[in-house]
Amino acid sequence: MNFQIAVLLGQDGVTNGAIYALLALSILLVFTVTRILLIPQGEFVTYGALTMAAIQSGHPTALAWMLLALMLIDCALDLRTMLQNGFNMLKMRWIGLKLGYALLLCVLIQTLPLAEIPMVAQALLTLGLLVPMGPIIYRLFFQPIASAPALVLLIVSIAVHVAMVGIGLLLFGPEGGRTKPFSDAGFSLGPVLLKSQTLWVILVSITLIILLFIAFERTLYGKALRAAAINRMGARLMGISPVFAGKATFAMATFIGALSGILIAPITTLYFDSGFIISLKGFVGAIIGGLASYPVAAVGALAVGLIEAFSMFWASNYKEIIVFTLIIPFLLWRSLTSRHVEEEEE
Amino acid sequence: MKPRHLLIGFIVLLALAPLVLPTFQITLLNYIGLYALVVLGLVLLTGVGGMTSFGQAAFVGLGSYTSAYLTTTEQLPAWLAWSAGSPWIALLIGIALTAAVALILGALTLRLSGHYLPLGTIAWGISLYYLFGTLDGLGGHTGVSGLPPISLFGLVLDQGEKIYYLIWAVLLGAIFITQNLLNSREGRAIRALKGGQLMAESMGVNTFRSKLIVFLISALFAAVSGWLYAHTQRFVNPTPFGLSMGIDYLFMALIGGVASVWGALIGAGVLTMLKQWLQDLLPYLLGSDGQYETIVFGLLIVLLMQRAPGGIWPFLMRLVPARFKQRRLLREQSQQVAALAHRALPEQGQVILEARNVTRRFGGLVANNNMNLKIHAGEILALIGPNGAGKSTMFNQLSAVDTPTSGEVLFRGESLTGKSSREVAKMGMSRTFQHVKLLPTMSVLENVAIGAHLRGDKGIVSSALHLERAEEQSLLQEAKRQLERVGLGDYLYEEAGSLALGQQRILEIARALCADPCLLLLDEPAAGLRYKEKQALAELLQKLRGEGMAVLLVEHDMDFVMGLVDRIVVMEFGEKIAEGLPEEIQKNPAVLEAYLGGVE
Amino acid sequence: MTAQTEKLLDVRDLHVAYGKVEALTGVSVEVREGQIVTVIGPNGAGKTTLLSAIIGILRSKGEVHFDGQLYATPDVEILVGDGLGLVPEKRELFASMSVQDNLQLGAFQRYRRGDRGYETTLAEVYSLFPRLWERRHQMAATLSGGERQMLAIGRALMGKPRLLMLDEPSLGLAPLITREIFRIFADLRRQGVSILLVEQNARAALKVADYAYVLEAGQVAMQGKAADLANDPRVIEAYLGLASKHQELLSS
Repeated sequence: MNFQIAVLLGQDGVTNGAIYALLALSILLVFTVTRILLIPQGEFVTYGALTMAAIQSGHPTALAWMLLALMLIDCALDLRTMLQNGFNMLKMRWIGLKLGYALLLCVLIQTLPLAEIPMVAQALLTLGLLVPMGPIIYRLFFQPIASAPALVLLIVSIAVHVAMVGIGLLLFGPEGGRTKPFSDAGFSLGPVLLKSQTLWVILVSITLIILLFIAFERTLYGKALRAAAINRMGARLMGISPVFAGKATFAMATFIGALSGILIAPITTLYFDSGFIISLKGFVGAIIGGLASYPVAAVGALAVGLIEAFSMFWASNYKEIIVFTLIIPFLLWRSLTSRHVEEEEE
Repeated sequence: MKPRHLLIGFIVLLALAPLVLPTFQITLLNYIGLYALVVLGLVLLTGVGGMTSFGQAAFVGLGSYTSAYLTTTEQLPAWLAWSAGSPWIALLIGIALTAAVALILGALTLRLSGHYLPLGTIAWGISLYYLFGTLDGLGGHTGVSGLPPISLFGLVLDQGEKIYYLIWAVLLGAIFITQNLLNSREGRAIRALKGGQLMAESMGVNTFRSKLIVFLISALFAAVSGWLYAHTQRFVNPTPFGLSMGIDYLFMALIGGVASVWGALIGAGVLTMLKQWLQDLLPYLLGSDGQYETIVFGLLIVLLMQRAPGGIWPFLMRLVPARFKQRRLLREQSQQVAALAHRALPEQGQVILEARNVTRRFGGLVANNNMNLKIHAGEILALIGPNGAGKSTMFNQLSAVDTPTSGEVLFRGESLTGKSSREVAKMGMSRTFQHVKLLPTMSVLENVAIGAHLRGDKGIVSSALHLERAEEQSLLQEAKRQLERVGLGDYLYEEAGSLALGQQRILEIARALCADPCLLLLDEPAAGLRYKEKQALAELLQKLRGEGMAVLLVEHDMDFVMGLVDRIVVMEFGEKIAEGLPEEIQKNPAVLEAYLGGVE
Repeated sequence: MTAQTEKLLDVRDLHVAYGKVEALTGVSVEVREGQIVTVIGPNGAGKTTLLSAIIGILRSKGEVHFDGQLYATPDVEILVGDGLGLVPEKRELFASMSVQDNLQLGAFQRYRRGDRGYETTLAEVYSLFPRLWERRHQMAATLSGGERQMLAIGRALMGKPRLLMLDEPSLGLAPLITREIFRIFADLRRQGVSILLVEQNARAALKVADYAYVLEAGQVAMQGKAADLANDPRVIEAYLGLASKHQELLSS
């Protein structure tokens, strides 16, 4: 291996690592707040990438109809609750707003010249379609079993993942999707060429991580989510409802996932079923972070990306084995250092 | 009609099935049997033992590939040449290999708690899966073909209808030994893994060993299923051993009822039929393009988990009248049951437990400072003091749950430093817990029998084959005797969780007594008891004292304490502020002062 | 000042069951505006269960009226927003967050509804507990037992509750601190906060309260004016017993 190849591999590794880091953060966030291991995190990535690809090729994506359908179910449930608890003008207006939003997006998708609008608008449309789905997914699938044993939550999480992969195939077809890079410029650094998309990924990831940090340290809503993660009962007593916390974290998880998809779509071809392995690598990062520490998880995920890139070069057949066996020493280390405190069944 | 008749009817139906059903249905039944065997292991591991594994499919693969390689390869290494491609020898080697791998993986990952364990199983599950696809000699992703059929007593099982009988016989055998195992001394230790590890350890159960055992059993079930699968299909490739199959096995376990043996069969059946049915029906209903079945499948599982989080089997069992459910574990009195051996109690007045200058710091906080106390045989000592005075910490030092920062605790002359609560239990110390720790869905009798764990020695194999029934009866009789002694003789077969809190505390005392201790540590035994019950408890403790038992109790109820105990040690701010007879303590100015802040 | 004021909390015929075991059977309790009401009773009598059921942490059968409104199925988030606060026995602080963050989160429901007056309340809480001001940047986990209790109470006050329910506020606290905490209850009442106090420190609780309930085995065994109960021989025998003279000092 010469220097040039090393830089090239390093570049790939850092790019993927940055994405895994974002996903690891999101997985951690959802886990600490809701106890759910969010297996469908990877589907948010593929949906983001494939929606962007569809928009760029000018297809009015059927995802808009899915959003509308989900929103209709959501609002129907709202109405049912209202029937039980009495009419509420504020909630009625909120229902109207939600339906209006979904309809507006459907109209936009159908009428806009999708392929011609600026890339920022395309990305915004993609996010606008996907992010509202997060809270609805939480509400439909997880909220009814919020206090179930962890295993049941995990199984439902996997089942949602299975269904979403199927829906992905239905919406986007079996072909992979790839999008145009954000900008065409490349940077040469000595003898090697840095891909501009790499810089984009790193830049956006770092910005996002900083923004998340500020949100969680400085705003009361962010603090409320942290509080819900630290002490659920304490948070409830402050009126921070688990439903609110669950929906908010799911919205954030879809946002991070979809954005990650948009970021890597110009570099990697993603298929409808690529999500699982991507989120697993995010999990590896999260595990290294001990499912608790955000910075360690981010560093761990970056390491996963790098190891993956370099093992691709040295032993491409064993790439996945290397990455996944990697966490066993970490688990081992954890099992030797942590005290064996019994987890009482709730 | 009894459950036994149902079972016989079921077996007869199974035996007749190949005679009437078409080949395709038999193939489906074969798959159900193979899956159910794996899921049975998962029920044991996840549902009973509380350890979630995504890696079972990899063990299936291990069993499959071992046999596939050994029975087809041309170049067997010299030391294996004698096996000459026999599937039976390959099975034995597969079992040995799987056991070795499971022991290594188990030793590495079973200490993990919470979500780490399932994630760990994903890690090695995926790694093994990729290994099957990349290892030389295993045929890559095309796999290995041309496996010989299994022959049994000269009968060649080369058709689905024939191997059907082998598959189901193995499955029923596995169900039989699983049920036997769960219904035994070792089984109670396994059942305590979920939510009762701390308690089980203090009753002398080696919980890590129990974990490793269930992990091993579940891996072996999977490997045997893989072996059968390989010789049913007569070829193998990596696909059915991947993570998605590992997930499907978990789905089956949860759908059927993750904690019930028969749930494994139901889960495997329902999931297999459901997938088949979705594949046949949906294209017909919704058009052939698009993989609707995964969507509907995923959503159905979500729906099922929301409606019946416990699975189908427990859901069905709720419909069964209660009188069919209670199982009498004890034989009729008429039969002779050998009584368990008793420990010789130390002489009255001998020092049993002694704390010497015990200090325990947590960071900057001194929870216990230079504590000294002695308990003698045939004496009841009370440790009292306001909340937060460090009584619980002291209790933990005395019972070897925690180790003093300095100083030491001597039990019957031996230092407890470095001893586990298991070893201490063996030496004759038994305890109850401030927050009741019992297994709420297990019967009262079985809960108490856990206390007698160390008084039996029959292992896993004799449990699985029920060769330990005589010892089991002795253990259960002892549990019954202790329950009658504490006044819970009418509740033997009730679920422990359905008792009132006060009764649950009394149950803990019976469990502690079952261990045949010479020192009893009781943490707030009278809390939540009514007046009559308190009197009965006091009488019991007095009787035990008369027999030479030493008793230490931490208690808030002063009426109870003052009328019962021989001596009192009073703590405040981690220190002993007084020690003496009850009458002295009641007049001690320092004690009165301390209770200023007390909330008793 | 007892009979004339409005009923703030009116709990009727409350039942709570853990599985098959009934923890509360038909408990009725009321708190009037400006009152301190105490619930005493032995360990395991259901006192904590009662508070948890009222605020909706536990499912219950029965009626909970708060501020004239019926809550058919009490819901924590809604009741907290409507002015009910609970300081639980375990405090439930946000251990790895600063004292100030803990306090601010106490006003989450107000913030969410657009009430930005919580900075004033923060100043009030700091003036009530100067110790918390000194430690405002420290992690909650590093506080001593008494400071934690102050933080738990302060955090609950941030939501401007009309009724504050406290579960064993003196648990594990040194005598001096306990006295301090009890003094604050009297202050709070002067500021118009009603209090429902669960306390094992019966003598002190009866001294500070207007009205009292004795809970035994999940049922109200006795009730009456606190002063009357304090002199009731049955109560004295069962709860005030040993060294009670000294407990009396706490509430003085």
